[in-house]
Amino acid sequence: MSPMTAVPVLARAETIAEGDDLVVMLGGDWRITGPLPAWRRVRGDREPRAVRIRADGLERWDSSLVRFVYEVQDWCREAKAPCDSTALPETVRRLVGQLEQAQEKRLASDHSRNFLTTVGLAATDLWRQTRDFASFVGECTLSAIGLVRRPGRFRWRDCLSEMQQCGAMAVPIVSLSSFLVGLTLAYTGAIILRQFGGDIWVADIVGLSTLREMGAVMTGVVLAGRTGAAFAAQLGNMKAGEEIDALETLGIAPVDFLVLPRLVALTVMTPLLAMYANCLGIFGGMVVSATVLEIPPSAYWIETQANIGLSDVSVSLIKSVVFGMLIAVAGCLRGLQAERSAAGVGRAATSAVVTSILLLIVADAVFAVLFNVLGI
Amino acid sequence: MNENRDTTVETPGPGAAPPAIGVEGLECRFGDVVVLTGISFAVQEGELFFVIGGSGCGKTTLLRHLIGLMKPAQGTVRYSGENFTDADLAARRNLLKTFGVLYQSAALWSSMTLRENVALPLEQYTALNRREREEIVTLKLAQVGLAGFEEYFPSELSGGMRKRAGLARALALDPRIVFFDEPSAGLDPVTSRKLDELVLQIRDTLGTTMVIVSHELASIFTLADRVIMLDHEARGIIAEGRPRELAAANDDSRVREFLTRGEEKV
Repeated sequence: MSPMTAVPVLARAETIAEGDDLVVMLGGDWRITGPLPAWRRVRGDREPRAVRIRADGLERWDSSLVRFVYEVQDWCREAKAPCDSTALPETVRRLVGQLEQAQEKRLASDHSRNFLTTVGLAATDLWRQTRDFASFVGECTLSAIGLVRRPGRFRWRDCLSEMQQCGAMAVPIVSLSSFLVGLTLAYTGAIILRQFGGDIWVADIVGLSTLREMGAVMTGVVLAGRTGAAFAAQLGNMKAGEEIDALETLGIAPVDFLVLPRLVALTVMTPLLAMYANCLGIFGGMVVSATVLEIPPSAYWIETQANIGLSDVSVSLIKSVVFGMLIAVAGCLRGLQAERSAAGVGRAATSAVVTSILLLIVADAVFAVLFNVLGI
Repeated sequence: MNENRDTTVETPGPGAAPPAIGVEGLECRFGDVVVLTGISFAVQEGELFFVIGGSGCGKTTLLRHLIGLMKPAQGTVRYSGENFTDADLAARRNLLKTFGVLYQSAALWSSMTLRENVALPLEQYTALNRREREEIVTLKLAQVGLAGFEEYFPSELSGGMRKRAGLARALALDPRIVFFDEPSAGLDPVTSRKLDELVLQIRDTLGTTMVIVSHELASIFTLADRVIMLDHEARGIIAEGRPRELAAANDDSRVREFLTRGEEKV
């Protein structure tokens, strides 16, 4: 490449017709970031029998010239017109040859898939994921049995720290969301009940739906987004940084060391948060009743107490324990499965939230059927 | 590769074109801590220039000042005579186009394929259409020996391949200068030698100026036209010249010791 000139001359490609042949004269300063001639425009609507490339006025050049010459030669090949590029610098010809070879290689490797292949691969992937999930649940169960046998080896400090992170630190967001859900339920119930003069039954609607459904589900959704994603990101980062490999080479099972403290923490904290969310939800309903429906808080509380029982509280507790387990398992599994890159960690966090919420909804539906059958 | 090849780079006389890189009185600080001070040197067009020194001497810090990731406390960095340190946004953007950087970890964007990684600077700074960009990407990857790997993600490649892909990205805009931060870090000797050969081949083909931060003696002696050596205690340059000459006859024992691994023999 020639040294840089003080005033760069723009890249140019001029043509002269010599009988049926076309002479392309390249000149100026070919910079990929500057304005460049296009072969389509240079050729116009001419269909030469042969093309000759000259480079008499060529000053500075880079890949843009190589690409231009490649395009000319490519056109000549298709038009079956001989192309004479011997006047070009040897380096340019060598690079054009390299580009030709690489293009052939690139076009030969077709990555597209047909519909059936895509469906087949998706089914295989779904089966693999199900197997991985089942296997991971099995590992966690064995690890939990180990904890019962040897509680002294459990990482209590990590577990308490996780409890603080996923429990105490989640109180503000759980408070806000559950209070607003209780408020919304009361408003929605009041629309119908007021028509029949049954305003007081708002307390029953809010109490029952909060305890049996919304308290545990809302807490689960908040924790899936907050804690499940955090678990996946933490473990994914640890995997990318080879920290998990370091544990394995020391003979420490990542499930014992990393997953179990998180699993225990979330399984303990989710029901506590769910009970708290239930109280806030009922309080939200009470606020609406007192301010909009003019029901005194004492009457609202008596009505709530009269219609909710221990079974409703048990339903909320059972659900929230299972939801906590599912969120922890999904978050940790996705973290341990993360690819070793920044994008992989991001995908693991997203996948953890999606998996947690999906599992949560499926489990909620299973509970609805189960409790109905059992008459709880 | 010829280890004893003659370098064609000469120090220019008065009135000659300004050097590719000119550093004058540069001072690098982290808060109140002065890491380097009084750094002045010039890199000529087409030169293979090494910044060497022991761990913690400020090589990477100097590199980060040269490429604009850190602002010098004092002094200026000029590219072909143009002030980079005090350049306004438009001038700085124009200068950024003239150099590429290969980072120590290759720093490929992990969510993008190699094609997308190399194509991004082209999308940003050129008027090429999609087909033209893809042809340039193919050429760049072929130049670094990665033809056919366009659709691979960085995580699917070995360390050496990632470095080469990083180099392809650094070369995407055909920069006049390419900076390398510890190119051999994490590579085995054979892969490291192949990368050295690639660097030399690109310099010889495209005439690109190369500035390499390294402490790999094999690479230094094979590639370097000229080196500057930094020292942690001196907080500056303690030697400048051709590596073999420095190793054989420099007055400073720290320089000889570094270049001979303390064996006083090259």
